[in-house]
Amino acid sequence: MKKLLTHLDWLESEAIHIMREVAGQCSNPVLLFSGGKDSLCLLRIAEKAFRPGRFPFPLMHIDTGHNYPEVINFRDEKVNELGERLIVASLEESMKKGSVVLKTDDEPRNKYQSITLLEAISENKFDCCIGGARRDEEKARAKERIMSFRDEFGQWDPKNQRPELWDIYNAKVHNEENIRAFPISNWTEMDVWQYIERENLSLPNIYFAHKREIVRRNNTIVPITNVTPAKSNEIIENITVRFRTVGDITCTAPVESNADTVEKIILETASTSISERGETRLDDQVSEASMEQRKKEGYF
Amino acid sequence: MKKNINDTVLRFMTCGSVDDGKSTVIGRLLFDTKTILTDTLAQIENTSKKKGMTEIDLSLITDGLQAEREQGITIDVAYRYFSTGNRKYIIADAPGHEQYTRNMVTGASTAQLAIILIDSRKGILTQTKRHTYIAKLLGIKHIIVAINKMDLINFDELKYNSICENYKKFEKNIFPKNTKTDIKFLPISALKGDMIVDRGNSMGWYKGLTLLELLDNLDTTNDFKESSFRFPIQYVCRPRESANQKLHDFRAFMGRIESGFLKVNDKVKVLPSGNESLIKEIKIGEKNINEAISEQSITVLLKDEIDISRGDMLVHHDDPINAIKNFTATVCWLSENPLSINRTYLLMHTTRTSKAKITNINYKINIETLEHEEVQNELKTNDIASISFKLAQPLIVDNYFENRGTGSFIVIDETSFHTVGAGMIELLDKKEK
Repeated sequence: MKKLLTHLDWLESEAIHIMREVAGQCSNPVLLFSGGKDSLCLLRIAEKAFRPGRFPFPLMHIDTGHNYPEVINFRDEKVNELGERLIVASLEESMKKGSVVLKTDDEPRNKYQSITLLEAISENKFDCCIGGARRDEEKARAKERIMSFRDEFGQWDPKNQRPELWDIYNAKVHNEENIRAFPISNWTEMDVWQYIERENLSLPNIYFAHKREIVRRNNTIVPITNVTPAKSNEIIENITVRFRTVGDITCTAPVESNADTVEKIILETASTSISERGETRLDDQVSEASMEQRKKEGYF
Repeated sequence: MKKNINDTVLRFMTCGSVDDGKSTVIGRLLFDTKTILTDTLAQIENTSKKKGMTEIDLSLITDGLQAEREQGITIDVAYRYFSTGNRKYIIADAPGHEQYTRNMVTGASTAQLAIILIDSRKGILTQTKRHTYIAKLLGIKHIIVAINKMDLINFDELKYNSICENYKKFEKNIFPKNTKTDIKFLPISALKGDMIVDRGNSMGWYKGLTLLELLDNLDTTNDFKESSFRFPIQYVCRPRESANQKLHDFRAFMGRIESGFLKVNDKVKVLPSGNESLIKEIKIGEKNINEAISEQSITVLLKDEIDISRGDMLVHHDDPINAIKNFTATVCWLSENPLSINRTYLLMHTTRTSKAKITNINYKINIETLEHEEVQNELKTNDIASISFKLAQPLIVDNYFENRGTGSFIVIDETSFHTVGAGMIELLDKKEK
């Protein structure tokens, strides 16, 4: 008999343990579900943690209004299949209420998600949000706790984080404060794809190679959609691409790729020379500290 | 690679300061295993240029937050990842300065191995002793002593040997309670990359393994092989409201095995109640398995209907362990607010939390001299002390050196709910049980 767990079994087991700690310690948690690959891993982990029971938390999507329809359809199918409850918190609702004010109509909405998220936390009185963030994504994330404390304004203070030792997680909060729990903190992009392969998880089809109209702008491939139209001087090309991350349309760029299966994506991930966020997240290229700044403002 | 460690996870920490080349060692491991990608490298090149450097500064790979960059220091533990194809590694990169003892303690708490860096020109320093002490105190079973900057002493074998001999001499006297530490030595030059991933051409006299080979071959299978079965209950599953009639009487107990083995049909007892039953099923998700091992998150069904809730623990029926209300522990104080002997704290231990009073601070450990010192009724940040506690609820505890999972706890401030201390239980004699 094998005495040590394989790396995927170990990561899965750690994530299940973290999710059960949330369920055991928090009175009103929620799981943030975007339809993206990381949150799909979270759902499989939740199944392994709580079945045959129901999940002890609802799912919540922060909808910027700028999503690929394939992802939204996939999200709804998945929720249906699981028989769990989905809350959709809409950024456009926040705009109507006046809490989100864009500088210009076409300004990327990603950073404003924090406002909608904080509103939803406060309305629903959530004391913990489970998210799919990973420490390998970005350097501010490398110092993030597995259970990360946020004050009553939802702020992350890197100088005032609770020390986290062994596998003991302190999720205690006062009213209005909350915890962000990250069960797959210790996973890398490769681990995620290997887990997807092993568990045979289905994904929105835009993760796989497909034909798409794009333009090339500042070394990035920009997909042509109604919210990201081509500029008059740009040449529209129809090429084969896939998305490495899936989020708000205006800040997620695809990569050129012919990988149309999970297996091929794993091979490509192993040989890529550019990081997930560097290549495809337009919002992280702005400055060296942009993720750190967003997290301080309540971003997950 | 040995079969039983193939495709496993190894967690290690690195001890040393910027001056010892700690960041360069980590940078080198990540760079030479091709973990650093082009865009990150471009960012580092950019920063190196801004700082007026002509070569890429590999130590910038581990550079952290804005606040830290402003001050030019690392103040918090960062976690980094790489994989060799054989094994996945999680590095706890903790600052090594004495002001950051608490961060080293945090990093060490999850590590199976510590890499202790020594600057070959300086040899063994006070901080080497401090790092070794913390690694041993936190129960790390494997230490790699890496003598760095060999290029600056002309790759001198004799000097290397003499540092190793000196280390062996003093190590024996550090924390003698933890005697089973496996210690390995190697000479490296992180700057040149010698003996980290590649051997280089300058140290033909060294016939041992490179740093990465040492890591890839380290067998941790036997680290806690003598530990008994411990299964703290995290969550009880009772899907009564389910549409499925069969599930109306379903009751399962969920948790992660802290140590030991469990098989179907094992006779177990619940602590603190002492009620006994048999293991009917072991599941991961909805899949049944026959046996489960340490660190596995499982769901357990019992033959009998007995009352169990979060905070209880399953152990084998003949295990002599009992829940106790008094114990002594070595505590590292983590908070900026001093410990006050007059206050009540919360102790969080496995899945159970109890109020606790401090009956005595027995002594404090001077982290520089490692001598015991008398204390008044207060402890400050980074202090390490022996403390006796009296608990409101009984806890099911083991000696930390026999069982990390059930021998450790955190101290929580009742008012702020912040984590203010970390404790390692030391069962002194039978009287305490």
